[in-house]
Amino acid sequence: MSDAVLEIEKLTITLPPGADRPNAVTDLDLVLRPGAVTCLIGESGSGKSMVARAILGLLPGPRVRVAGGRIQFEGADLAAITARQMRKVRGARIAMIFQEPMTALNPLHTIGRQIDEVLRIHTTLGRADRRARILALLASVHLPDPIRLLRSYPHQLSGGQRQRAMIAMALALSPRLLIADEPTTALDVTTQAQILSLIRDLQREHGTSVLFITHDFGVVADIADTVAVLQKGVLVEQGPKASVLGAPKHPYTRALIAAVPKLVPPPRRAASTAPLVVEAKQVEKTYGARGLFGSRVTRALDGVDVLLRRGETLGLVGESGSGKSTLARAITRLMPVDGGEILLAGHSVAELSRRQMRPHRRRVQMVFQDPYGSLDPRQRVVDIVAEGPIIHGTEPGIARVQACEMLALVGLDPSAAQRFPHEFSGGQRQRIGIARALAMKPEILVADEPVSALDVSVQAQVLALLADIKARLHLSMLFVTHDLRVALQVCDRIAVMRSGQVVEVAPTAEIFFAPKHPYTEALFAAVPGAQWQEPIPA
Amino acid sequence: MQTALARFASNRLALAGAAVLLGLIALVALTPLLYPGDPFALVGPALQPPGGQFLLGTDTLGRDVAAEIAYGARTSLIIGLSATGAAILLGTLIGGLAGYYRGGVEVALMRLTEFFQTIPAFVLAILIVAILSPSLFSEVVAIAAVSWPGIARLVRGEFVALGGREFVLACDGLGAGDARIVFRHMLPNCTSAIIAVGTLLIGTAVLIEAGLAFLGLGDPNVMSWGLIISSGRAVLRSAWWICAFPGLAILLTVLAINLVGDGLNEVLNPRLRER
Repeated sequence: MSDAVLEIEKLTITLPPGADRPNAVTDLDLVLRPGAVTCLIGESGSGKSMVARAILGLLPGPRVRVAGGRIQFEGADLAAITARQMRKVRGARIAMIFQEPMTALNPLHTIGRQIDEVLRIHTTLGRADRRARILALLASVHLPDPIRLLRSYPHQLSGGQRQRAMIAMALALSPRLLIADEPTTALDVTTQAQILSLIRDLQREHGTSVLFITHDFGVVADIADTVAVLQKGVLVEQGPKASVLGAPKHPYTRALIAAVPKLVPPPRRAASTAPLVVEAKQVEKTYGARGLFGSRVTRALDGVDVLLRRGETLGLVGESGSGKSTLARAITRLMPVDGGEILLAGHSVAELSRRQMRPHRRRVQMVFQDPYGSLDPRQRVVDIVAEGPIIHGTEPGIARVQACEMLALVGLDPSAAQRFPHEFSGGQRQRIGIARALAMKPEILVADEPVSALDVSVQAQVLALLADIKARLHLSMLFVTHDLRVALQVCDRIAVMRSGQVVEVAPTAEIFFAPKHPYTEALFAAVPGAQWQEPIPA
Repeated sequence: MQTALARFASNRLALAGAAVLLGLIALVALTPLLYPGDPFALVGPALQPPGGQFLLGTDTLGRDVAAEIAYGARTSLIIGLSATGAAILLGTLIGGLAGYYRGGVEVALMRLTEFFQTIPAFVLAILIVAILSPSLFSEVVAIAAVSWPGIARLVRGEFVALGGREFVLACDGLGAGDARIVFRHMLPNCTSAIIAVGTLLIGTAVLIEAGLAFLGLGDPNVMSWGLIISSGRAVLRSAWWICAFPGLAILLTVLAINLVGDGLNEVLNPRLRER
């Protein structure tokens, strides 16, 4: 066992009293070997980030602390050493990269200065040597124009570039262990693919051991050598990637893998000839920032055409900033558009005032992304769901009774009606949001990333609910997502958006097997775990 | 709400403040029983030191200082509460309109708010009372006029933040009108912040009232702490008790109100709650 980089034995981390369980992590054993990528996977609240923080002595003490076990690294127990000794290890021997590079970098310092600081603290190199080292590092993470980057501030870089800079900083001292805590979760799928391959390359080059924390099985399939699955703080399964992903033994692992949407399109269906319920023609929307120093204009929607037929689900996919959410809000008229025409079931609504729009609100309802922000924290669930019908003239008593029926329809207990949103989990809140939309008996449901804030198992349940409701109530659905796996699973047709334009629209199977636009092709190629096929039949 | 109460109760200073305030309210409630006469009535020899026939002594004209303080407490509380209430109403209205409608409305209303903030509060209050002629009503108007900008800025900020939240957008998507969104969704979500800041305003209002009365701008027919101090200042060296006891009353009241306000702020203000 002497070749291990890091050995965790019987690690237990306590939570403060009153938490949902006594320990964040219980009796965890984990061995990290040199030159290997170990993926620690688990759902939110499984304690995976706590493990990373414990290794670096960054637990939010004093109430969350290591209560037992050892973390053996280079002959020392990291759980027992002093803060001074830990500072020598941190950064130099063990480096960490975070999920959100914008918050991990100091916005007031240039990239060059921040990397230089690491070298200045931990090495005795002179100024010129350090500069050469930094340039080499920036080049090694494939950042363009390293000399200009030295003088750039974090906000001048894109998300992917910032993460590359973070990686350069982490590798500055050639650490033996790199801890990556969801490093690609905040990134677009194509950027994510680049960062993953970069981490893989650098790790091979330097022989660094990597502890990669993630919730995404696609990412695991792409990057892992060994996989450890964490459920509520307990390690339920670990082993080589092929065996964990190929032949999972623990029921929890099996359930998790089964919940990952398959990267296969639904069977081809005859093109729908049902009447159109949404026609958006040449929709334009620009966001202007007019300031003292000239104006900067972003074209969020640049002449977008979208058609949706009755009973159909149209997926809007694209990376952040592509305009897909703007389009969803334009169609629901939650924001005014600058040009073009929007017809809802034949009625033109683009030019209507708020008051004139009101009677048309029933036709189109929206399900929002954030299950925590989209419900009024001061309202009882029954009032949230009943509010729409009451606004439109239903008698409050009747509306409340119907609201309870809606809650049953989305699979919530009748007792939920009298409770407040904060008493529910993310998935349950999303069900409440769906019930609120359905209470209006809409013809069109616009879902803006309805499952991206949810864990994979909950995501599967909510997707199944949406599909079931759509079929039962003959709804048409506009489904906005950045996740192509989800899009393939739920959509009949997919529209790919990029910088405010629709670059390709086609039936799901067609767009998967024969994408016409190179950008569509690149998107599908970048889906994490694209090569990985699940072993368990659905 | 219960956890909020428990957290408030765990703050000892705030509890002490609440106890002092309760004592003050009890004093005001019992005043007609304790001192049934007119506080302006001459009841004994002038300049009696405290501890004799009169608990807190008598002033230069032979009025009972204890009775004066009890009636002054009533004035302070009435003016403090009504002026703050008026300031909250006005501030919420202006801040709410600015934060909800944004654009030109916001620019106009917030510049107006800033205009009021640039004038020193006490000077403006003196000016307003002088114009309206001294009375309880004009004091309330003056204090409200200098207190509302803080509330307006707070409410505007809260409304701007809430306006970007998805549940407000969702409500818009249901077809709700402005009134429904504002009164059913946005106001209930910022009441706790308003209550917390409003409590602190009461303390300021009590101070301004005492100051106005001291300068002779209070209602001449109503007893007030500022008025007692004003009448006693000439004999400060020979009859310290005339100024000392009402001064102490002001100090304790404002301190208690601020302690309670800070305690409420800590419990109710979501931005401080994380600490």
